[in-house]
Amino acid sequence: MAKVIEGLFYAESHEYVKVEGDVAYIGITDYAQHALGNVVYVDMPEADDEFESEEGFGAVESVKAASDLNSPVSCKVIEVNEELEDQPELINQDPYANWILKVELTNKSELDNLMDAKAYEEFCAK
Amino acid sequence: MNNRLYGNLIFELSQPGCKAYSLPKNEFGNYELPSNLKREKDAELPECDELTVVRHYTNHSGNNFGVDNGFYPLGSCTMKYNPTINEEVAALPGFTSVHPMQPINTVQGALAVQYGLAKSLASISGLADFTVNPFAGAQGEFTGLMIIRSYHEKRGDTKRTKIIIPDSAHGTNPASAAVCGLDVVEVKSTADGLVDVEDLKPLLGDDIAGMMMTNPNTLGLFEKNIPEIAKLIHDCGGLMYYDGANLNPMLGVARPGDMGFDVMHINIHKTFSTPHGGGGPGGGPVGVRADLVEFLPKPHVLKTENGYELDAPEATAEYNLNNMHVGQFMGNFLISLRAYAYILTLGKENLKMVGPYATLNANYIKECLKDDYELPIEGICMHEFVFDGLKDKSTGVTTMDVAKRLLDYGYHAPTIYFPLLFHEAMMIEPTENESKRTLDGFIEIMHTIAREARETPQVVLDAPKNTPIGRVDDVLAATKPILNYRQSINQ
Repeated sequence: MAKVIEGLFYAESHEYVKVEGDVAYIGITDYAQHALGNVVYVDMPEADDEFESEEGFGAVESVKAASDLNSPVSCKVIEVNEELEDQPELINQDPYANWILKVELTNKSELDNLMDAKAYEEFCAK
Repeated sequence: MNNRLYGNLIFELSQPGCKAYSLPKNEFGNYELPSNLKREKDAELPECDELTVVRHYTNHSGNNFGVDNGFYPLGSCTMKYNPTINEEVAALPGFTSVHPMQPINTVQGALAVQYGLAKSLASISGLADFTVNPFAGAQGEFTGLMIIRSYHEKRGDTKRTKIIIPDSAHGTNPASAAVCGLDVVEVKSTADGLVDVEDLKPLLGDDIAGMMMTNPNTLGLFEKNIPEIAKLIHDCGGLMYYDGANLNPMLGVARPGDMGFDVMHINIHKTFSTPHGGGGPGGGPVGVRADLVEFLPKPHVLKTENGYELDAPEATAEYNLNNMHVGQFMGNFLISLRAYAYILTLGKENLKMVGPYATLNANYIKECLKDDYELPIEGICMHEFVFDGLKDKSTGVTTMDVAKRLLDYGYHAPTIYFPLLFHEAMMIEPTENESKRTLDGFIEIMHTIAREARETPQVVLDAPKNTPIGRVDDVLAATKPILNYRQSINQ
């Protein structure tokens, strides 16, 4: 059973947003890493890049498939998780601890469009 | 069985000073090459005697697995038999010894083949004409999209930068579109596995260059709403592109041109029985409706009162460069010839039987195995279908493990983890060639593997054991690949 964490916001394309004050962390969910299998490469943007909600910001490649990463919310990148460059497998070990982007939210109201933990769990069960 | 010594890399077999040639006595004296033409250091080529070279390659050829070795149900690849008669025809000296720049009156037979193949494909597809110049399916796709772009550009309609592609499409579709400078817009599938017409409607507009579709789609399902989809695309000014990868089940039964498709390519190594050989040579003929014929790449074979001619051969280089149809010239002629031999061998009546037999074979396997394997979409499939892994998900045995275990039993694996609509996709396409005995043998082994997964899962997880190379570490191969022999020897 895939792990879902209370308090995060979830997108239908299986990214999560973890909000801490004005900063947020974006990564892929446990359900997503499980479906992808062993992650071998994460294609990430650069600091200061800006994305609209649902815009592609990179891709995650596993032994099974390459999958686009979409930003669940509009944001500006503060930092990318450089550890993933050499150790993409960290995403498999703990996708919630190993976020992909640290961002500044540029339109906080968009969080309302995302699912909470309960809704996401039901979405995955479908 | 691979010989332990000769199965090594040719570089590992190399012995300094060892030669497999002997030159005749030099009767002309020594002439020094100018220093600018000389190598600065010796070429690092392997040095082996002739028998070692022969043994090395003969041993390695035994590691190959092809349609001629055993059942090869690789979904979406249409691994059909490559008839021996094709090879006989393609080996005729009159065909093997021609040169593409020979005077036209000396190659009338070869041009008759190009012309006959193009006309046969047009008749089979319901389109006006074909070019047989593209070297492979992907280049055909690219050519077809360039034709769509050229068509819009010629009308001064430059806003059309987007192409719609279903989420079940072959990966080559978005790749060709991107190389062609088009932005890809994805349209979703319904729960039944067909293009979602309601999801399509909001995407339409005057920026749509066209839509690419495969029919039957990669789930092996016939796109029932195709007339409505074609009308929607045409009404917004776009063109319909048919990816001919799955043409096999429709041969002589239904025609893309009649469904509203305007441009298409055919993978002749799939539908028309030419070899799937190590990346080539291939053939990717492209067909178009009547008003698009002017955009086909040149040279194009024409039939006149005086025999066969090429249209504007002198303008070829410039024309093709302007239209970005570079590098296509006359295509892989001997491959076109094999496809034409196949069409003429079967004839109109027998071509009609290809689809029904391919469809019957796929449905037979599907129905026999759906008790052990998860069938996400019920109902009658076309030439192929997709399982979503084993039905019993508690065993820990994945689609990858089943595929590996099949190798132990002497079968080629199906296509796995494609399409991406299901997590454990296993795509099976038996083709029309297989006998009931072959299908029953495969079904029995698939049941055996499902039973092993329940009773002795470790056997499946550790597979393959009977192949020259066992289970490879696919993560390590992707993250720390060994890309040349020096790295390999140093390991």
